[in-house]
Amino acid sequence: MDVLEIARWQFGITTVYHFLMVPLTIGLGLLVAVMHTMWVRTGKAEWLRMTRFWGRIYLINFVLGVATGLVQEFQFGLAWSSYSRFVGDVFGSVLALEALLAFFLESTFLGLWIFGWGRIPKKLHLASLWAAVVGSVISAYFIIAANSWMQHPVGVVLDTSSGEPRARQVDFLAVLTNNTALAAFSHAIVASLMVAGGLLVGIGLWHLRKRALAGRSTEEVDHQVWRRSVRVGGYVSLAAFALVALTGDWQGKLMYQQQPLKMSSAEALCETEAPASFSIFAFNKLGSNECDDVHSFTVPYILSFLAHSDFSSPVPGVNDLQEQYAEAYGATYPDDPSFGDKAGEPIDYTPVLAVTYWGFRLMIGMGAVSAGVAAYALWATRRGRVPTSTVGVYGSLLAVGAPFVGNAAGWIFTEMGRQPFVVYPNPDVPRADQVYFFTAQAVSPGISAAEVWTSLISLGVLYGVLAVIEFGLIVRFARAGVTEGDTTPTPGIGGGSSHRDGDEPPRADDDASDDVLQFAY
Amino acid sequence: MDLQTLWFVAVAVLWTGFLLLEGFDFGVAALLPVLGRKPADRHLMLRTIGPLWDGNEVWLVTAVGATFAAFPGWYATWLPAMYLPFVLVLVGLIVRAVAFEWRHSSHDERWDATWTRVITTGSLIASAGLGAALGATTLGLPIGADGVRVGGAFSGWSWPALLGAVAVLAWSTVHGAVFLSLKTDGELRHRARAFALRLVPVAALPVLAWAALVWLRSGTVVTAVTLLVAAGAVVVTWARLAAGREGQAFTAWAMVLLASMATVFGSAFPVVLPSTIDPAFDVLVSTASVSDYTLTVMTWVAAFGLPVVLGYQAWTYWVFRQRLVAEPVHEEPADEEEVPA
Repeated sequence: MDVLEIARWQFGITTVYHFLMVPLTIGLGLLVAVMHTMWVRTGKAEWLRMTRFWGRIYLINFVLGVATGLVQEFQFGLAWSSYSRFVGDVFGSVLALEALLAFFLESTFLGLWIFGWGRIPKKLHLASLWAAVVGSVISAYFIIAANSWMQHPVGVVLDTSSGEPRARQVDFLAVLTNNTALAAFSHAIVASLMVAGGLLVGIGLWHLRKRALAGRSTEEVDHQVWRRSVRVGGYVSLAAFALVALTGDWQGKLMYQQQPLKMSSAEALCETEAPASFSIFAFNKLGSNECDDVHSFTVPYILSFLAHSDFSSPVPGVNDLQEQYAEAYGATYPDDPSFGDKAGEPIDYTPVLAVTYWGFRLMIGMGAVSAGVAAYALWATRRGRVPTSTVGVYGSLLAVGAPFVGNAAGWIFTEMGRQPFVVYPNPDVPRADQVYFFTAQAVSPGISAAEVWTSLISLGVLYGVLAVIEFGLIVRFARAGVTEGDTTPTPGIGGGSSHRDGDEPPRADDDASDDVLQFAY
Repeated sequence: MDLQTLWFVAVAVLWTGFLLLEGFDFGVAALLPVLGRKPADRHLMLRTIGPLWDGNEVWLVTAVGATFAAFPGWYATWLPAMYLPFVLVLVGLIVRAVAFEWRHSSHDERWDATWTRVITTGSLIASAGLGAALGATTLGLPIGADGVRVGGAFSGWSWPALLGAVAVLAWSTVHGAVFLSLKTDGELRHRARAFALRLVPVAALPVLAWAALVWLRSGTVVTAVTLLVAAGAVVVTWARLAAGREGQAFTAWAMVLLASMATVFGSAFPVVLPSTIDPAFDVLVSTASVSDYTLTVMTWVAAFGLPVVLGYQAWTYWVFRQRLVAEPVHEEPADEEEVPA
């Protein structure tokens, strides 16, 4: 493999991995902040225990998200320096502002939340968690604005004054209010809530069932903890799924205007159709990347509706689009050393069909699975019921992974779907003024394949080990549940014990020491 | 001052601020096997930096982000030229970050000891690697005409990189010891102070040498003064430590770094990355910078955002300002005896 391919694998692996942690951080952070708020408002023991239990899982996951996020900021320079030079005028400033306005907020206040139990007034302590969570959300906005600018560059002009073409920023607000970014951000945030909701449902049901089988009383606080987790998680998941569908539809329609090839590849729609049909299942030679070899089961009219909100408009096919792009941007890469091995080679404007087609379906399918599980959990726990069905409970536990897979599949679809461009030309701009950049010219010149292999292997192995440990830790905490040390509220400065009017006296083994030690230092 | 100069100053301040803040948590982590003889000592040492290291690390993220944002030509030349050292830095930072949080996940002593060693190792690698990168970007890298490194993967692993690595390691280690003497009480406080006192004269040499070398290449009268201030601050640090005034010693040792970095960046300006092949290939503030429009936007955002960030970060330092004392490992940390600073 050449440097370009290794660097792409590295970027893909590190970014998809990072994005396993990110949605859990965002979604669970929001839910833990709500739980903590409920405890401060009501003083009920179950809300405190929920805050502590889910907060701990949130933290185990948070730190790996932060640690792997560091890599992102460096690797644009390390492996993609030609890209960084080309887009520096706009892309770098978005990243820097993310660090200044969001990341500081997140890290500083999370430290205060972790160590603030009992040290700072209760409401201030709660506010510090909210500040950290808001920081995560703002951070997500800036990063998605940066990504969306690559998908749909706005607010820039092409500057050739220095001899080499560069993107030059002319309208910062346009970059921040890019409609691509607004759609992608709202989609990603609600998808994060599905991740968190699914986790609450899966683990909550497992504990409810275990307690029921062991004959534990449903009067205990812990029963309330798990029941409420399942109910909250279920409602959040279902509501989020509805919003995921709405925002996804918005994104899809934008994509048909901005990156028609990506959407048509997602459908393996070879020839322009009016009205166009939606493909349910493809068979035969999707892997050959020859669109005409693909056959699929389709539902008439639906694709026209998804693209244009009516049942008759034409939707362009992959073959026609490939020709249009080849005409506009060249049938072959320029014969220039900056294109490396690709110089002079023909350009395939069609993304890898198997990835876009199945990535798109996997994303939607996994979201639907998760929503189905949430509906089951709400039904099975209606009016105080406790489900003991092995299939139902373990199925829900397994389905915790579904929204993670769905998130990853969605990103892989959208990132691989814009190839061969790393900065996709904006069709609203006249061809001569368009700012665009091929992935093939983005990689750092002068770094060796051995260097990129070294980083790919060392980061890959490290990430693998850390994934195993993180998974093990989360499973262990999740199994142990809330009873190990979370049963007493930590004495707080702002009058700690008034909330002990819960339903259970403090037990001998649950002095706050273990608790704080495990939770923080 | 034009915007490019302003942002050069801002980037220099961010890198220096990062070294100043993360320096003490790097130092405390490096000293865990040296000063943390008993588990209780190590536990106490980690508690001094526990609430602060993550906030400190954001200074690095912001420094790198601002380098990219204001000077993409610098970022895109420097990072690939030091590819492997930066990868090592990332590995070090990742393992250290997870170790800080994950070591509490079990009461098993071996688990705890393993992660404590990971914190030390990761911190050493990260501080040495970042020192190497900073040494190289101020003293020179083999950069060719097109801004691309010449001579292969290890051509950047030269004496400037080594000097930078040693300078940051040595300065941070003493910084960590002085910090511990300031933040703890009891036996550890005295051992940390004695350790710092012994090391101050030696540990100051590499960072002063780094500053002096940049000054020799392109120093000015002003940076001659800052270099002298740095050297003077070493003497003050030693004297204040000997007098048992940890707060003043901490300030003086911080001044060693601040004045040294002022010398380094002040002398290097307007070169952000000198080429060891030909001065004509130097990366300059003017050639590496983004457009004035982008700099203007960032200036406005930073003018409003930065004071807020500095305010709340200073406030968290205030919240966690107490001296900490050792306690047996599995006892009530919430009720620790807190001695006012």
